[in-house]
Amino acid sequence: MKEPILLEMNGIRKTFPGVVALDDVHLDLRAGEVHALLGENGAGKSTLIKVLGGIYQRDAGEIIINGEKADIQSVKDAERYGISIIHQEIVLVPEMTIADNIFLGKEAGPAANIDRAGMLKKTQELLDSFDMGLSASAKISSLNIAQQQMVEIIRATFSEAKIIVMDEPTSSLSDKEVDALFDTVRRLTAQGIGIIYISHRMSELDVIADRVSVYRDGKYVATKEVKETTVDELVTLMVGREVGNYYNRTYNECDETVLEVRGLTNKKVKNVSFSLKKGEILGFAGLVGAGRTETMRAIFGMDPVESGEILIDGKPVSIHSSKDAMAAGIGLVPESRREEGIFPAMTIKFNETVKVLNEFIHTFRVDHKKENEIADKYMHDLSVRAPGTFALVGNLSGGNQQKVVIASWLAIQPKILIMDEPTRGIDVGAKAEIYAIMNELAKNGVSIIMVSSELPEVIGMSDRVVVMRSGEISAVLDRTEADQVTIMKNAVNI
Amino acid sequence: MSVKEKGAWKDSKLLNNPVADYAKRNGGIIIGFFVLCIIIQINTPMFLTTANIVSVLRQIATNLYCASAITMILIAGGIDLSSGAVTSLASVVVATFMVNYGMPIPVAILVALAVGALVGFINGTIIYKTGLPPFIVTYSLQCVCQGLAYVWTGAQPIRLTDQNFIFLGAGYAGFIPMPLIYLFVILIFVWYILNRTKLGRHIYAVGGNEKAAEFSGVNIKRVRWFVYVFSGIMAALAGVVLSARMYSGQPSVGAGGEMDAIASVVLGGTSMGGGRGTIGGTIIGALLIGVMNNGLNLAGIDSYWQQVAKGLIILIAVYVDFVKQGSKLRK
Repeated sequence: MKEPILLEMNGIRKTFPGVVALDDVHLDLRAGEVHALLGENGAGKSTLIKVLGGIYQRDAGEIIINGEKADIQSVKDAERYGISIIHQEIVLVPEMTIADNIFLGKEAGPAANIDRAGMLKKTQELLDSFDMGLSASAKISSLNIAQQQMVEIIRATFSEAKIIVMDEPTSSLSDKEVDALFDTVRRLTAQGIGIIYISHRMSELDVIADRVSVYRDGKYVATKEVKETTVDELVTLMVGREVGNYYNRTYNECDETVLEVRGLTNKKVKNVSFSLKKGEILGFAGLVGAGRTETMRAIFGMDPVESGEILIDGKPVSIHSSKDAMAAGIGLVPESRREEGIFPAMTIKFNETVKVLNEFIHTFRVDHKKENEIADKYMHDLSVRAPGTFALVGNLSGGNQQKVVIASWLAIQPKILIMDEPTRGIDVGAKAEIYAIMNELAKNGVSIIMVSSELPEVIGMSDRVVVMRSGEISAVLDRTEADQVTIMKNAVNI
Repeated sequence: MSVKEKGAWKDSKLLNNPVADYAKRNGGIIIGFFVLCIIIQINTPMFLTTANIVSVLRQIATNLYCASAITMILIAGGIDLSSGAVTSLASVVVATFMVNYGMPIPVAILVALAVGALVGFINGTIIYKTGLPPFIVTYSLQCVCQGLAYVWTGAQPIRLTDQNFIFLGAGYAGFIPMPLIYLFVILIFVWYILNRTKLGRHIYAVGGNEKAAEFSGVNIKRVRWFVYVFSGIMAALAGVVLSARMYSGQPSVGAGGEMDAIASVVLGGTSMGGGRGTIGGTIIGALLIGVMNNGLNLAGIDSYWQQVAKGLIILIAVYVDFVKQGSKLRK
């Protein structure tokens, strides 16, 4: 079944001062198709989407919509052609209702006396048609991220979009929410809407995408039917080289227990007990909201603990702040890189050294040599790609930012490193590098707790897997028994 | 290498050379400052006389006490609107303690500075404990302090005659006015804190990303206390020095002072959003505002029109700087 071509982009070229961001790039989209875009960060996917959405003006090339040349010079033009982009960051107004947000800029009725009742009614119909079970008068701030995303999608369909671009829509969703999202996507494609889908999760492509186009270094590489390709082939196309098995683990069998958590309980978690061995990678799986991040925050002294104890090397420790945790040899790479991890306006050097100021700032003297040594060492060890440690972290790609965050934690030379979603939203190449770093750390005797919502990652990297459900531990699986089905069975409420 | 990673580096390469870095950061303001000086000098040749320069610097000094503290507050992601009112309150306190209660000069000064520190402590504690916006908290304290200053004195100035005290504000050490000596010490202290101490890095960290700072083991409460208490003390010092310079405790001497201080800081390139700023920038910002006030005075411009002119000049200067900064970091 060959549906008509909805959109064609040919020979697209876009340059910024000193950089060719897109060079002779191609994309075609059929009606009713989900077309995935793949490529490492910086491959040109976002730039291509911004050209399509009228945010950037192309230097050369043509955009053909429904067989006619389209002249897209601005966001308004793009909207007129039925193009709607759902950005990674939610762009709804939190303190307004769902109805207000959906009608934002298109309010019904006269300007000074808008038709509120009519807007609410229409919105409610839309919500019901998507089985949302939400009230049109609910405030956006009362919705969870998945629901907010659905509102964005509904807003796109409301404005009669024919082409919807979704930029990493699943990066902050649980598996259950992802299923709901995919249902919606299928409903949209059934109506003949074409969907351009950007994601770093290769496992999703099989489930949702029909075709996939790969980009590398601002150039178009290839388009494949998803059914006729493999993950390995796609990864090879993306990085332009064979990556091989990127979960490369050398397991250390060591029985020395480094960390023991007994009956940890607070408002979010109940009776959490587990142990962590030296040089082990302990995976934490579970749905979003299962209490994994909350457990880590409690261990790290960021949230109060009501009862339970934490033992390090067999000795009970008292941790009431991140400072105590660091003193006890624990590091925590937080879940949200931008919000909790980096100081974007500061240099790599500042970011890497901010946790170890004691090592080079003395009472009346700053040891700049030592400071530079630390910064250079970790920038080099983690192969952060930047012109130097003076580069501002806000200007780095996601993968490099994550490496800087990890570097800053390695600088404290932790015995135990907690990594919460260590590879979220970063490209395959950087992921492989981070896996290699984790393996190397474990080999050197650092014990790692990895919280992750990506099952292949949990299974590929962990010595053992702890599964959490509703604030409690539901299973501890050895790597021989940890497969997708077993983990999911323990993660969902039965 | 991605699109994002190129282009933005050029500015940061200069970071290793402090002079070039300073010129680069504050280039626009420095040029503006010299242009302003030349314009004023052409119109009123008495501008570049020793007497006038010393008088301008003396006026700038008290503004800079507050501005240097507010630089740290803004870098830490806060704001302090109470500083002008604290100046007024301290002026009243130091005067009443000497005149009405007959306290020795050092005791009166210490009490005034302690009052400033207390206001700062209250600011810092409320902001940390409640999470209320610093704008509202410090504005409330501004109202309280300014109100107390009027209540305490019945809105009347208190005359001061003790020559030893007056020397502290109006006197000279050699040819250098006393207020400039304190200023020198304060600026070195603030520069040292911001550039040479753990506390300084923590101030940048808290303003740059409070959550990340918390994860990094930074004691956010301590940072807040320090910057607000220091701001309170500096505002109080301004009050003491101004009282001595004007031979009187004045309940309205500091009114509006916080705005000149904040304007100086922002003119100097410190971000209202936190995480970015330098004391060097604040100095040039304060110089610009001081010279502008002086120039408008010398030109005999009506004081109401002066306000209009000042507002417009600050707006233009900050906008130019904002555009320049905006191109550096794409979020």
